[in-house]
Amino acid sequence: MRKKIAMTVNGKVESFEVDVRDSLLEVLRNTLGYTGVKKGCGVGECGACSVLIDGVPIDSCIYLAVWADGKTILTIEGVAQDGELSPVQQAFVDKGAVQCGFCTPGLVLTTTALAESGQEYTKDELKRELSGHFCRCTGYQNIFKAAEKAIETCRHDGSCGNHHPADHHHDQEKQEGSE
Amino acid sequence: MYDIQDYQEALTLSEAAETLARNPRMRIIAGGTDLLIKLHGGQIEAAELLSIRKIEALSHIEKMPDGAIGIGPLATFTQITQDPVIKTDIPILAEAAVSMGGPQIRNIATIGGNVCNGATSADSASSLLALEAELTLISSRGTRVLPISEFYLGPGKVDLRAGELLTEIRILPQHYVGFGGHYIKFAMRKAMDIATLGVAVLCKLETGNILAEVKIGLGVAGPTPLRCLEAEAYAAGKVISMDVLNEVGRLAIRSAKARTSWRASKEYREHLIQELVPRALREAIVQAGGGEIA
Repeated sequence: MRKKIAMTVNGKVESFEVDVRDSLLEVLRNTLGYTGVKKGCGVGECGACSVLIDGVPIDSCIYLAVWADGKTILTIEGVAQDGELSPVQQAFVDKGAVQCGFCTPGLVLTTTALAESGQEYTKDELKRELSGHFCRCTGYQNIFKAAEKAIETCRHDGSCGNHHPADHHHDQEKQEGSE
Repeated sequence: MYDIQDYQEALTLSEAAETLARNPRMRIIAGGTDLLIKLHGGQIEAAELLSIRKIEALSHIEKMPDGAIGIGPLATFTQITQDPVIKTDIPILAEAAVSMGGPQIRNIATIGGNVCNGATSADSASSLLALEAELTLISSRGTRVLPISEFYLGPGKVDLRAGELLTEIRILPQHYVGFGGHYIKFAMRKAMDIATLGVAVLCKLETGNILAEVKIGLGVAGPTPLRCLEAEAYAAGKVISMDVLNEVGRLAIRSAKARTSWRASKEYREHLIQELVPRALREAIVQAGGGEIA
């Protein structure tokens, strides 16, 4: 059974048929080629497949592709703008928060949502907001520092660059993802 | 790819009820955070799904003029955690909601699904039991309203009849106004874990340091979430003391039907009940305006 859907992914409108059995993760990776969306546990526990749907972090492995109809999706491929790292990505680099990198796309996206909310977070609240991501290299301390720095930078600058999905009106070339 | 044989999307409540009446085999899907995992694990095969995600009338959280709080089954855990009415009037539900899963799960998982899946470990269940929530269930045959305590029939089994749909969870003012409450989730990790025990306690005080009313909801203490009526009856009218609180904890074990699973032994769960019920009650007393107990 197939259904026609339209969604905006990283600023680009995509209109196509999906199998109702497919998860958003499968469609993003296999149909659209956004392989920066990682498949980890497949049951919503590890957070590797997290994407922003209308700005909200969601595990794409337990989200049916048909539900994405009319939604705006941001994957890691859409975070950098014109070859420039976003403040969140830069903070992850600066704090050495990337080891094997498998959890990084999801963590960058969740941190982007937190940074763009404009809210302040206590240390405990920030830990809680990041708790849906497993890092099996256990680089949590540096990830936490990167998230703190990113949120602070974005608060200081009053924005987090222009990667809020709602701001994506221009078409953007899909970048090569890493497998 | 999930083993889905049919997928329908209802846009209104009546459409959902009609579709269910035509095909009672259809399973309702909302957040999908339980159902899709069961499909992934093969516990459900060839699913016929009816999505109620687009029925906007089901995601409300509102306080009626009479003080009753109505929660639509599509309200997500994040919505419940952040809602001003819930945070102010029934904080034990907000505390329970924020303990569930992780942020990405809370952003999509719904309270209706948590209730209808009937897990004893459902994080919202012990609070909803202590709050004596009422459930509104509709079908093409009509509407019925049921106290949540009667909804749970057995492990994963609820009194949701063929063709029925949960449309509201309602908390009446007499069940929360004047009460202080506290919720404790005991688990091995602080996030992304299933409770070893969930304890929700509400209490109301009388002048003279007296417990007027105590309500205790437990999760994972038996095959279904349950109330501790014997301990509650004992507590009513007692002058607050550590001895009384400890006795409430001891009596709470008698209502529980704890069992050994790979997560914890029966003995350990009973130990947790004995320890955590008084601890939650102690904090509930403070929340109700009483003093700290030395």
